[in-house]
Amino acid sequence: MSASSVLSAASLARIDQAVAKYPPDQKRSAVMAALTIAQDEKGWLSTETMDCIAQYLEMAPVAVYEVATFYTMYDRKPVGKCKLAICTNLPCALQGATVAAAYLKQKLGIEFGETTADGAFTLKEAECLGACGDAPVLLVNNKRMACAMSPDKLDKLIEEMK
Amino acid sequence: MGLPVAPFAGDMYGPDAVIMKGITGANWRLQDYLSRGGYSALKKILSEKIPPEQVVAELKKSALRGRGGAGFPTGLKWSFMPRQYPGAKYLVCNSDEGEPGTFKDRDIMRYNPHILIEGMAIGAYAMGIPVGYNYIHGEIWDVFERMEEALAEARAASFIGKKILGSEFNFELHNHHGWGAYICGEETALLESLEGKKGQPRFKPPFPASFGLYGKPTTINNTETFAAVPWIINNGGDAFLALGKPNNGGTKIFSVSGDVARPGNYEVKLGTPFAKLLEMAGGMRDGKKLKAVIPGGSSMPVLPADIMMATDMDYDSIAKAGSMLGSGAVIVMDETRCMVKSLLRLSYFYYEESCGQCTPCREGTGWLYRMVDRIEHGKGKPEDLDLLNSVADNIQGRTICALGDAAAMPVRAFIKHYRDEFQHHIDHKQCVVPTYI
Ligand SMILES: Cc1cc2nc3c(=O)[nH]c(=O)nc-3n(C[C@H](O)[C@H](O)[C@H](O)COP(=O)(O)O)c2cc1C
Ligand code: FES
Repeated sequence: MSASSVLSAASLARIDQAVAKYPPDQKRSAVMAALTIAQDEKGWLSTETMDCIAQYLEMAPVAVYEVATFYTMYDRKPVGKCKLAICTNLPCALQGATVAAAYLKQKLGIEFGETTADGAFTLKEAECLGACGDAPVLLVNNKRMACAMSPDKLDKLIEEMK
Repeated sequence: MGLPVAPFAGDMYGPDAVIMKGITGANWRLQDYLSRGGYSALKKILSEKIPPEQVVAELKKSALRGRGGAGFPTGLKWSFMPRQYPGAKYLVCNSDEGEPGTFKDRDIMRYNPHILIEGMAIGAYAMGIPVGYNYIHGEIWDVFERMEEALAEARAASFIGKKILGSEFNFELHNHHGWGAYICGEETALLESLEGKKGQPRFKPPFPASFGLYGKPTTINNTETFAAVPWIINNGGDAFLALGKPNNGGTKIFSVSGDVARPGNYEVKLGTPFAKLLEMAGGMRDGKKLKAVIPGGSSMPVLPADIMMATDMDYDSIAKAGSMLGSGAVIVMDETRCMVKSLLRLSYFYYEESCGQCTPCREGTGWLYRMVDRIEHGKGKPEDLDLLNSVADNIQGRTICALGDAAAMPVRAFIKHYRDEFQHHIDHKQCVVPTYI
């Protein structure tokens, strides 16, 4: 199995850019970027995808699995088309995050860690996103920060991501 | 709800702001930074060929202390770097801001990214370091992209790269993103993560100055620490020191969150009374009464209202009051907040984020969480409070990194100051405050 049979040329080019940031004998430093790029393309990280990255970065497969299991934003199982991760830590909770989280659960009909039956939404509980002043805050598909999420704005977001 | 959306008034961070002075949220580009006098410190150092030792000496005079949590004197840290060491050396910026309540580095990077780049370039010059990495919290992808763009601007204008501004000084800088692990804010876990591994802290010593990234001498500082450097070079260490108070030089960005009318970042002189900071944040939301404050991020001991209202915001004053300035995250709680429930959420966080390497932390954080959980849910036993303290004692100081301490300190402080509330939960299986979040 070669990397190009698993990942697109565009993804591999982005991984090459990441690799270039590190000393030539430290390709492995690009593993987090590579897994992120692969997850963007595939939606989640299968063993096959991780093995391909291991080969591409000349790492032992187990070293890649270790990284993918350690960092919480890597998904090793398929998730909904839209993944929402809302911070419920104390500073956010004091600013309405608990209410926003309850609203989301009720609206989507799922609990934390679950995916809607139609596969559209996965809801996760997140720890501090480093954006507490903007609470309630949630991450949309890992990369977009949605700030000051009132019920109104949550409705709009869900409509948009359906 | 939410921080002001850019562009906002240029004095939003407060009248005494130095790092965030004139920032509107829309003037982050290189041209804007230059028109604010940006990169003049780097230009001055290179054109006047200021000796690296003098840069470090200026930092020492300034009494700048690390803004990442531990408050270690920056000038002293920089002097540990073996400048003459012939091989590879690294400069690392810790932008993995994940301590609950802290959101200042995000504002520096998205609204004033070049001040960080300039600060790192000056650090690299002072310590003779050719390569640097900026490790950015994985959750703030838009900020990572902005830093990439700012870096490209700096490179194109020869502030970063080979023969910077025509001098003999070379410094290459790269951004690296995390992907969701609080522990990577700990400096040696961060280095492991940069090496493409699980973020598990290393045993110290050896310290990063001798064995850092890829085993090479490395200096690691927080984003805000680097961001303070250009001003110090432009205005002198003495002037920076004079902004604050002895041993507590300069200004500090405090992230104020919780039950205040205007949560946000406020940059004030160290030594500013807490009451003044609270006023800047619009006072208590809905006119409620102040009950408690965690003055330095979730890992630091909580303090009751009366103590806080009599305390100034600087390292030494907060330490004297019984807590720590930490990362400068000020979490404000009003009279309606239950202290058991508040502690429960924090204990869950440390349980969730323990990397699992050290037994006292891996097992202890779970134990703390489960005990606070049963007290909160009316299943507490009379002996639980002493047991909580004893478990906390057995974690603190017995782990490779300070995450264990960070889990233990809040538990001890919450029980110390609000023992009655915990006792009430155990005795009456309910809360003393009627409602909660
Ligand atoms: C569990 C834990 C989390 C930490 N998180 C951060 C962080 O997010 N950002 C940071 O700058 N320092 C963090 N630190 C402190 C760093 O280990 C280190 O002291 C700091 O980056 C040094 O920079 P400074 O001297 O400029 O403060 C953390 C420490 C621990 C123990
Ligand atoms: S506590 Fe929720 S983003 Fe920081």
